[in-house]
Amino acid sequence: MSHPDAEATSDALVAMRGITIQFPGVKALDDVDLHLRAGEVHALMGENGAGKSTLIKALTGEYAVDAGTITVAGEPRVFHGTADAQGAGVSTVYQEVNLCSNLSVGENVMLGHELRRGGRIDWRTTHRAATQHLENLGVAIDTRTALGTHSIAVQQLVAISRAMVTDAKVLVLDEPTSSLDRGEVEQLFAVMRDLRARGVAILFVSHFLDQVFEIADRCTVLRNGRLVGEHAVASLTPGSLVQLMLGRELDTLEALSSVADRHVDRSGTPVLRATGTGRKGVIEPTDVDVYPGEVVGIAGLLGSGRTELARLLAGADHADSGQIEVKGKAARLANPRSAIDHGIAYSSEDRRAEGILGDLTVAENIVLGIQARRGWRKLRKSEQDAVVAEYIAALGVRPASPNALIRNLSGGNQQKVLLARWLATAPALLILDEPTRGIDVGAKADIQRKVAELSERGLSVVFISSELEEVLRLSQRIVVMRDRRKIGELASHDVDVDAVIDFIAHEGQEGAA
Amino acid sequence: MSAVVKHRLFWPLVVLLALILLNTVSRPSFVSITVHDGRLYGSLIDVLRNSAPLMLVALGMTLVIATRGIDLSVGAIMAVSGAVALTIIQDSGDAANPAVLAVAIGTAVGAGLVCGLWNGFLVAVLGIQPIIATLVLMLAGRGIALLITGGFITTINSDPYKFMAQGYVLGLPFAFYVSLAAIAVVALVERRTALGMLTEAVGINPEASRLAGVRARGIIWGAYAASGLLAGFAGILYSSNIMAADANAAGLYIELDAILAVVLGGTSLAGGTFSIAGTVVGVFTIQTLKSTITFLGVPPAVTPVFMAAVVVVVVLVQSRRFRRWVGLLAASLRARSPRRPDRAEVAS
Repeated sequence: MSHPDAEATSDALVAMRGITIQFPGVKALDDVDLHLRAGEVHALMGENGAGKSTLIKALTGEYAVDAGTITVAGEPRVFHGTADAQGAGVSTVYQEVNLCSNLSVGENVMLGHELRRGGRIDWRTTHRAATQHLENLGVAIDTRTALGTHSIAVQQLVAISRAMVTDAKVLVLDEPTSSLDRGEVEQLFAVMRDLRARGVAILFVSHFLDQVFEIADRCTVLRNGRLVGEHAVASLTPGSLVQLMLGRELDTLEALSSVADRHVDRSGTPVLRATGTGRKGVIEPTDVDVYPGEVVGIAGLLGSGRTELARLLAGADHADSGQIEVKGKAARLANPRSAIDHGIAYSSEDRRAEGILGDLTVAENIVLGIQARRGWRKLRKSEQDAVVAEYIAALGVRPASPNALIRNLSGGNQQKVLLARWLATAPALLILDEPTRGIDVGAKADIQRKVAELSERGLSVVFISSELEEVLRLSQRIVVMRDRRKIGELASHDVDVDAVIDFIAHEGQEGAA
Repeated sequence: MSAVVKHRLFWPLVVLLALILLNTVSRPSFVSITVHDGRLYGSLIDVLRNSAPLMLVALGMTLVIATRGIDLSVGAIMAVSGAVALTIIQDSGDAANPAVLAVAIGTAVGAGLVCGLWNGFLVAVLGIQPIIATLVLMLAGRGIALLITGGFITTINSDPYKFMAQGYVLGLPFAFYVSLAAIAVVALVERRTALGMLTEAVGINPEASRLAGVRARGIIWGAYAASGLLAGFAGILYSSNIMAADANAAGLYIELDAILAVVLGGTSLAGGTFSIAGTVVGVFTIQTLKSTITFLGVPPAVTPVFMAAVVVVVVLVQSRRFRRWVGLLAASLRARSPRRPDRAEVAS
């Protein structure tokens, strides 16, 4: 385990010292230091809620700091907005690409820096410059095509080249790889290595530990808004890094491995039985049944129809074919509300757009599910407090303050609050779409453990995740999807990840032929 | 202290008190209240009395804005409501009969409710943008009111009807009690039941609310219905004040005052969390501003300019970003001034 050497602080391109940021009800950062050197990839590590995003926003000028100093290239800086930070050479590429998808690639790269001639924009030279900037990153695409027509990976690279137009000395990459596939990650890493060689300081945030070990030189670890330490990545192992992030050993996941082998009684009536449920142009008619206490995983690539199927089962979208039976009785799931009345709860994959209500408190977000069913009759204050306290404790929501606004919480804790919302309605079937995406190992383990525990007590769960390991670990049965249809079912104790991947590739092709 | 400053009602209240103070300094009689025949008189009492129609409309507007909507038709609904009430009373030929008045008021308020339901139908069921949906009735409503009155300004003579806007109970204007009742009912319905929270949820994120099981359509529809109903009551008060149904003048531009009152009260036009207390303060601010104009003797020709200037100042004072700029400016001025003696010391 190494410690920050004196050299690191003296030749740092960016030095943040004693950064403290306070939100109403939450101390997001408390006396945190960060040192970025020119020509390094520096990983910022920590659980959700550790303060990574807040620290980044302090560096990019989005948040004002309550205490502490920021020095860029030896010069003390106070940022009053992102423009100030960009002026100081700090550019950022966010997790959700902040570009205009209806403009062309070239316009996006050069936005605000268009080349002019005689007071008018000279589009030809502007596009030529954009092409040059993209080529510097090894990207060869027609800059006149609309950005929206390209993959997220290309958009990500466009965002980076846009950052490099302003000649950035410091590049902040917030979760750049979360929606990329393996090949695209390689492409991004090649660009990052190239920029590093050119002396750019890169601050890299990722939940994928293997990627951190692959690309990063040093890392700064945060926990609960405080600095844990700065380390050379080579001096760490994945185990020791996780331990630093969590402050405890991570042995809980191993204990879960028995869940998949648990015997589920499938002789009775299924909680949910869908027969030929489909929607024209969205998903082909599909059969699914889920028995009491069973966790059914849905595996498949992004866009395979996983989410679309879940939305039909949850009444979020209308099925135009097939029948659905809930506990043996035919049910019409016309809207989410009727599904909820049948005991079906659905947690969307898009936490921010379809889950949380940012301006409401944690407590209000939790009771919303119950309250929506009760209508006008308000939950008594004492009942509400009891429910909220119970679930905050049971799921380990941090900070454990019911009156904090949910938008001030980290992604993992927001996810826990959403889980609490649904559990509080006492559902018979819980449909979880990507409940662990973009959240850290600690919160992920908490949520997995909760799912396993609840299913053992008789709750039925439909579990969707891009991470096959997770699907295999938690579910007893796996529905495999490809090209918007179900291609088969697997018992998870018979297979491993490779077998599932093989099945997706092989069976899918056979079906298509 | 900082908790007081951070309270969402702090700046709205500061603005209201500053306005009252301004009036008092320019003419101390502004705050004086006299008693005649057991009734209170004075500029502040006038504010309480004259603000009643705006109060009712602004309360409804608050609920609509909380759902991310807007209701431009409230002024026209007031005209419809006044026209219905006065036409019924005039046609009955017995303007003092309580039964006639009850039917007239009930029908007029019912007409307001129907207008509100129509707006809600367009927005919540057909999915038309609120500003367009309510524009329909804003333009058509006055035409409907003219049809009802047969194109004339209907006038009546009815002491009980007149009482609503001009009468006194226990020394205070009856209209003020109507305001109080409306505030109490809206506050109780929204805050003692879960309706307020569900309304805020729908305003913050309609799709997330729908997936959480909230009947978003019903809540949005209900907000427009409530707005129409309250505008119906406001129309009665307005017509009672002038004892006439003037389809062209009743509630003219009141939608703009109501929106302004809601915003001054700290409720965002983007929808979501709303403050009924804030709207109440906003309404009193606007009404005080109107009295100020009369009180200071601002010539009618420049009244809109004066009003606009004050509104700009008020909005700036409530803007967090503007206050921060002022703070930064003040800090940089403070930081600059002490350096001079330092340099002098170095030189000497």
